[in-house]
Amino acid sequence: MKESSRKHGSLSPCAACKLLRRRCAPDCVFAPYFPADEPQKFASVHKVFGASNVNKMLQELPEQQRSDAVSSMVYEANARVRDPVYGCVGAISSLQQQIGSLQTQLARAQAEVVHMRMRHLASTSDYPAGTGSTENKLMASQSKSFYYMDTVDQANITESLWSY
Amino acid sequence: MGDIPTSPDIIFRCKGSPLAAAIKSAGISFPLPKSGLILVGEQTNILLKHTQLIHLRGKAVKMASSSSYNSPCAACKLLRRKCMPGCIFAPYFPPEEPQKFVNVHKIFGASNVTKLLNELLPHQREDAVNSLAFEAEARVRDPVYGCVGAITFLQRQVQKLQKELDAANADLIRFACNDIPTALPQAPGTSSFQPLTPRNRLAEFNRRNIGNEGGGFYQVPGALPYSFPWNDASPDDINDGGEGGM
Repeated sequence: MKESSRKHGSLSPCAACKLLRRRCAPDCVFAPYFPADEPQKFASVHKVFGASNVNKMLQELPEQQRSDAVSSMVYEANARVRDPVYGCVGAISSLQQQIGSLQTQLARAQAEVVHMRMRHLASTSDYPAGTGSTENKLMASQSKSFYYMDTVDQANITESLWSY
Repeated sequence: MGDIPTSPDIIFRCKGSPLAAAIKSAGISFPLPKSGLILVGEQTNILLKHTQLIHLRGKAVKMASSSSYNSPCAACKLLRRKCMPGCIFAPYFPPEEPQKFVNVHKIFGASNVTKLLNELLPHQREDAVNSLAFEAEARVRDPVYGCVGAITFLQRQVQKLQKELDAANADLIRFACNDIPTALPQAPGTSSFQPLTPRNRLAEFNRRNIGNEGGGFYQVPGALPYSFPWNDASPDDINDGGEGGM
């Protein structure tokens, strides 16, 4: 990207240097990630984080991680511009509520599946309805899937990004 | 994207949960903040303190206003300036929580935070500061993804749960179809555990997946405030996904 902006001989400044009204140096840290044709991208990042903070953050990262860092900063900045009170924390809250709702629905649906399976077995089996071993096996296998999500969640939660 | 960073244990709960009981025992009183935003967990104790500040607002303001004559707020302390009585930071950055402002200042900058708070109504500022503090801490801990890593993780959880729900509903449809010769007529208003005719079961399945109760969150992207840049697993999508709010 840096090369393409310099290809035609004109030193067209990147979106950051254009906004900051300064000369875009060949080794400008912003240039690879804020092309001149996307001015809004840098505008929102600059508004929320500030150019010097972004510069510092990018300088502290190895080059191969900077692209992802810029993308996440742009996302956060846009979220904050849209929702100045909660920013992307509002999205986290919304997602968490969805997860709760889906888990409830899933538990209900799985309970109903167990119920239907038991009915089906009772109506088709040679054994009388209510045979303990068949029902127990069904409940055991179903309860595995009931609690699968919780155990997965727990495993992920303990692998916290934020552990010291 | 490479390895998806795992999220911190972020839990948002309402009254009645064990978490609520833990918060209560820590001395936080109900009602919960309007945002309903509670961040807890073993690794996020400092974030819980942000929530504590919401409930102890009266005390914090009182402490800040009375302590400003003796002790500046955390912001003015870090900025090495006199903490005036009307300091915009003082209610939200008490001197005993220096790290909160350190993070916010490092990521956003004091002047940006001032501008942001000045644009908000006074009753919105607490929540704004707490969300900024959360984002700042997330960014300090994960300089590459910040709290967007948590969003990605939660988004994948939603997708996984939706698939499982669809599979369970598909099972129910199959059972309903197999029950054609044995299904009993269904009286209206009875519980869902009563046998339904295949047509009613299909209607129930559709209601769950298209209506309010069902997978509308997954199938109706407009229900979310933002689309997410990393919906696909392909790492090549990362560079395209920088827009966020669409």
